[in-house]
Amino acid sequence: MSPSTTVAASGVLDPRQWRDAAPSAFRKLNPLSLWRNPVMFIVELGAAFTTVLAVADPSVFAWVITVWLWLTVGFAALAEAIAEGRGKAQAAGLRRTRTETTAHRLTTDAAGFTGPDGAPVEEVPATALRNGDLVLVEAGQVIPADGDVVIGIASVDESAITGESAPVIRESGGDRSAVTGGTRVLSDWVVVEVTAESGKGFMDRMIALVEGASRQRTPNEIALNILLAAMTIVFLLAVVTIQPAAIYAKAASPALDNGVLDAGGVTGIVLVSLLVCLIPTTIGALLSAIGIAGMDRLVQRNVLAMSGRAVEAAGDVDTLLLDKTGTVTHGNRRASAFLPLPGVAGRELAEAALSASLADETPEGRSIVDFAREAYGVVPPESSGVTPVPFTAQSRMSGVDVVSPDGVTTGVRKGAAAAMTAWTAAGGGDVDPRVPELVGRISDEGGTPLLVAVCTGDEPARVLGVVHLKDVVKDGMTERFDTLRAMGIRTVMVTGDNPRTAAAIAAEAGVDDFIAEATPEDKLELIRAEQRRGRLVAMTGDGTNDAPALAQADVGLAMNTGTSAAKEAGNMVDLDSDPTKLIEIVAIGKQLLMTRGALTTFSIANDIAKYFAIIPAIFAVVHPGLDALNIMRLSSPESAIISAVVFNALIIIALVPLALRGVRYRPATAVSMLRRNLFVYGLGGVVAPFLGIKAIDLLVSLIPGITS
Amino acid sequence: MAAGLPTLGFVAILIAALVLACRPLGDHIHRVTTRERHLAVERGLYRLIGVRPDTEQTWAGYARSVLAFSAVGVVALFGLQRLQHLLPGDKGFDAVDPAVAWNTAVSFVTNTNWQSYSGESTMGHLVQTAGLAVQNFLSAAVGIAVALVLVRGFARRTTDRLGNFWVDVTRVTLWVLLPLSVIGAIVLIAGGAVQNLTDTVTAAGVTGDPQQITGGAVASQEAIKNLGTNGGGYHNVNSAHPFENPTNWTNLVQVLLILMIPFSMPRVFGRMVGNPAQGRAILAVMAGLALLSTTAVVLLELAGPGTVPTALGSSMEGRDVRFGVGDSAVFAAATTLTSTGSVNSFHDSYSAGGGGMLILNMAVGEVAPGGVGSGLYGMLVLAVITVFVAGLMVGRTPEYLGKKIGARQIKLASLYFLTTPAILLLALATTIAVPGNHAAIQESGPHGWSELLYAFTSASNNNGSAFAGLGADTPWLNTVLGICMLLGRFLPMILVLALAGSLATARSVPATSGTFPTTTPLFVGMVGAVTIVLVALTFLPVLALGPLAEAL
Repeated sequence: MSPSTTVAASGVLDPRQWRDAAPSAFRKLNPLSLWRNPVMFIVELGAAFTTVLAVADPSVFAWVITVWLWLTVGFAALAEAIAEGRGKAQAAGLRRTRTETTAHRLTTDAAGFTGPDGAPVEEVPATALRNGDLVLVEAGQVIPADGDVVIGIASVDESAITGESAPVIRESGGDRSAVTGGTRVLSDWVVVEVTAESGKGFMDRMIALVEGASRQRTPNEIALNILLAAMTIVFLLAVVTIQPAAIYAKAASPALDNGVLDAGGVTGIVLVSLLVCLIPTTIGALLSAIGIAGMDRLVQRNVLAMSGRAVEAAGDVDTLLLDKTGTVTHGNRRASAFLPLPGVAGRELAEAALSASLADETPEGRSIVDFAREAYGVVPPESSGVTPVPFTAQSRMSGVDVVSPDGVTTGVRKGAAAAMTAWTAAGGGDVDPRVPELVGRISDEGGTPLLVAVCTGDEPARVLGVVHLKDVVKDGMTERFDTLRAMGIRTVMVTGDNPRTAAAIAAEAGVDDFIAEATPEDKLELIRAEQRRGRLVAMTGDGTNDAPALAQADVGLAMNTGTSAAKEAGNMVDLDSDPTKLIEIVAIGKQLLMTRGALTTFSIANDIAKYFAIIPAIFAVVHPGLDALNIMRLSSPESAIISAVVFNALIIIALVPLALRGVRYRPATAVSMLRRNLFVYGLGGVVAPFLGIKAIDLLVSLIPGITS
Repeated sequence: MAAGLPTLGFVAILIAALVLACRPLGDHIHRVTTRERHLAVERGLYRLIGVRPDTEQTWAGYARSVLAFSAVGVVALFGLQRLQHLLPGDKGFDAVDPAVAWNTAVSFVTNTNWQSYSGESTMGHLVQTAGLAVQNFLSAAVGIAVALVLVRGFARRTTDRLGNFWVDVTRVTLWVLLPLSVIGAIVLIAGGAVQNLTDTVTAAGVTGDPQQITGGAVASQEAIKNLGTNGGGYHNVNSAHPFENPTNWTNLVQVLLILMIPFSMPRVFGRMVGNPAQGRAILAVMAGLALLSTTAVVLLELAGPGTVPTALGSSMEGRDVRFGVGDSAVFAAATTLTSTGSVNSFHDSYSAGGGGMLILNMAVGEVAPGGVGSGLYGMLVLAVITVFVAGLMVGRTPEYLGKKIGARQIKLASLYFLTTPAILLLALATTIAVPGNHAAIQESGPHGWSELLYAFTSASNNNGSAFAGLGADTPWLNTVLGICMLLGRFLPMILVLALAGSLATARSVPATSGTFPTTTPLFVGMVGAVTIVLVALTFLPVLALGPLAEAL
């Protein structure tokens, strides 16, 4: 994530989404479920009340208000239904991959299993499997349940859950033993010990999560709901107490009359309209849609959060624990420099190093070839007369022997310092005294030195120079850590390297801290120490020995390629197994909270304009001076009230895309983010309704018969 | 606007005096309330009332002490008034009527000092000095004590112990209120306020008619009346009476006394949480709002007379010639911005807009700077709500002073800001719905509504000042306003203590650059905006029917 990378927009809403959500939205109007959202529940009660009033005493005004109040509740339900609908579509896709699976359960224990052919198996439906059962899965079969491979090795197509078509290897023992029910074995066979019964497996949880069925409200959402409920009660009181006051005021000037205020006080329809306009309906309507959409944004990035709490915690993270290998660095050492000894040309060393690496298929070997090509423009020599000498555990070096047309054999080798020194000595050569110095320097910088030597015919072998292999920090990581620092997040690199190497990499990558020679226990202790200081910690992990730390961390992102123990312990799983995704998850968590805060601010700021619309509309008839508050010059009391109610409803629909997409998030300090959001949503929230209500009023005033 | 010039000077001297006084006073309050050692005098008092001063209380224990102490205060004050004719120093007055006695007892214990009676013709020396004056000290001390607990809630970590009520009240009374009120009383006596224990003297007035001249321990009552943001005057006309507030400069001293402690509390807060900048931010919100409101009241008053003066043909109606329109307006703003409620002019006579501002000052919960203690805790609750709404916008779980603001904190803070409007609006609506109450309202139309609205706003927010014009001495109003005062004081206090309890048990989160900063001008502006938008807007409909309708 470079600084300009924002959390991607998740597509423009297309009309089909709205239509598909309608039936589900309609079901959400059931007051028995709606009461959990106090703001919208009050709106629904108000709508029901005005319906009764409109039936009893019909007028254009009464019916227009009634219809728009119902639309207000409807829009809220629709927003939630649309948010859920996107998850439901994904869940349906997942379900399609699940077919009625038949499992081949072993009738012996693992010790009694001798091979797939003629193994004692019985066919049972996958739903009948219990934890601990052993099942045999062969090429072409679907793995019936989550489990660990106990015998065998196989390539597995996990595209059903990851969307990634390249097969992965699953084998017994180690960190690649976990398999997921619903994935397909492509080649070979494995025996799997079932760890999750049908209905409790990973895929089942995933479906439930993306569907939103298991969605629980997050701590901040609960707190915000309480605040919104309190504001609703305050405004309810403010509106209810207007009535006796209005009757008292009206009694002083009984002659005047209009459609909104008569001797019995303010009409019920007007009171309900005022109430609905004042309570925070905008955020109340969109609150759950924001939460669902936040989870959805994670799913779109192939991350499964086991709880919404974890997503929110991600936004609060103070400390990120990052594994060096695979996260900070590419994980493979790469050639970064050729250091020739005096008297040797750089090109000569490069040619020799390239030759010595021609047969070396390891990433290190490939990187030497690439580097020689890029830095020195060296091309590989003709392959005739070249005999590769592969790396062996005994020789601890690799290279080639080249026989020239005149029959002279030249050996080119590269390897670790000790092995190469011995080889040179055996070839009758002396090692230049500057070699140990070079080797030591590279080691100090955290790199790995490889000596390159040649031995032509009977001439004494000689060392040409040293290849500097180093752990290369991934592109853009330094910028990312700078960004994180600006956001107030401390990064700690965890590595098994020695402290010197670790320090060098840490300095290059720009992390704030590192722990070297780290054991899983060190990780756990570091997390606990940070938490004792009140910090929230996020980490990634894939191995079983990471499980305790993953469980202890506030945000534990397990890799999908990891063991089931790791996946159980973490509260999120990354299906792409990309540890750097943790940084994106933090951004999504922050964006979720920001969206809620921004829309709450907007909602409250809206009230100012609504007061200016409704208060003069109601009371100007008895206190003509109050008409001065009608700064929007709305055409009539009825039209003013209708305009406020219509604006209130339309703004919900207008903000649905924002609620689903989330407010724009750019990593920055709290101060600058706050200033921007306050400007857009605070000031915008004050100004927008003045313009909107005035515009609606211009249209509404054209409706015939609106004024009684 | 030439008439405004002397007022500008008055305000300038006032601000200068406050700037000089508040920081050392805040440091002093911080010192005496956080001192480890108990002085001999204190130890003697603790032995007398039987408390172990080193045993700290939980929030619930503290709340029980607050309630028990206040309940005893109400009963004692009620008894003293009902039995005054049997006790010495009765000045020949009879036992106080039960409804008045209830109303007065509650009024003084809740730091409201709403007076539905004429002090000089109802209460004898004993009630004034041993009853009312004592509660002037103690109710103020209770307010400061509760504020201290909330600040401890922010300052402390992972504990449920929040201090000892008896220690806090003792120290605040002995070392803050007593010395300051002695100084204040001496200054006022020097300025001409009376201090004696004589009976009423009858003398010939300027017109030759006999005139009743009351004496009494006026100056000592005066000092604590203002210092403790109490407001209960010795005389019915309160600080307009020449024996209470003889000259223009005693008027200045009185306003200074009113504002001194409330404006010092943010300093105490900043020191206790170990970050004076946090205190300065809160002070800035208070000062900003106070300045806005005072300017508005003064300008509105200088611009035009209100309903009553217009009817009488005099813009000075309801003001004393000693103070003039401008200085009276400053006094009125100060007394309603705090929970004092002492008056040196009749707020009823203010222009509709000016009177409306006074109501609004009280309706926002008296947080700028508010009553002694209550102003600080009210403002901190608003800060918590601000931090929550705005804090979400920076993408983190909101935190204030290192404490996460979660569901429980928001629940308590929301209930706090809900309570006073709820009491006020429900009582007001019920009262106006009962036709029998309409007779108590002097004026008809919007001004009459303002009179009633003022009374309920004043009682529910524990201010105690009144729009003259409302005949408040009816059984209904005495009782209902009494209930408003009681609930308006103690329900918020319990919520504040519970909030302190929930904060103190939490651990503290270290601040990072991702943390929402609460010392910036941006934050100051936001708390001010939340105060106005969230709280004041609640009262816009009822204000529209009274002051706004009248003003526009």
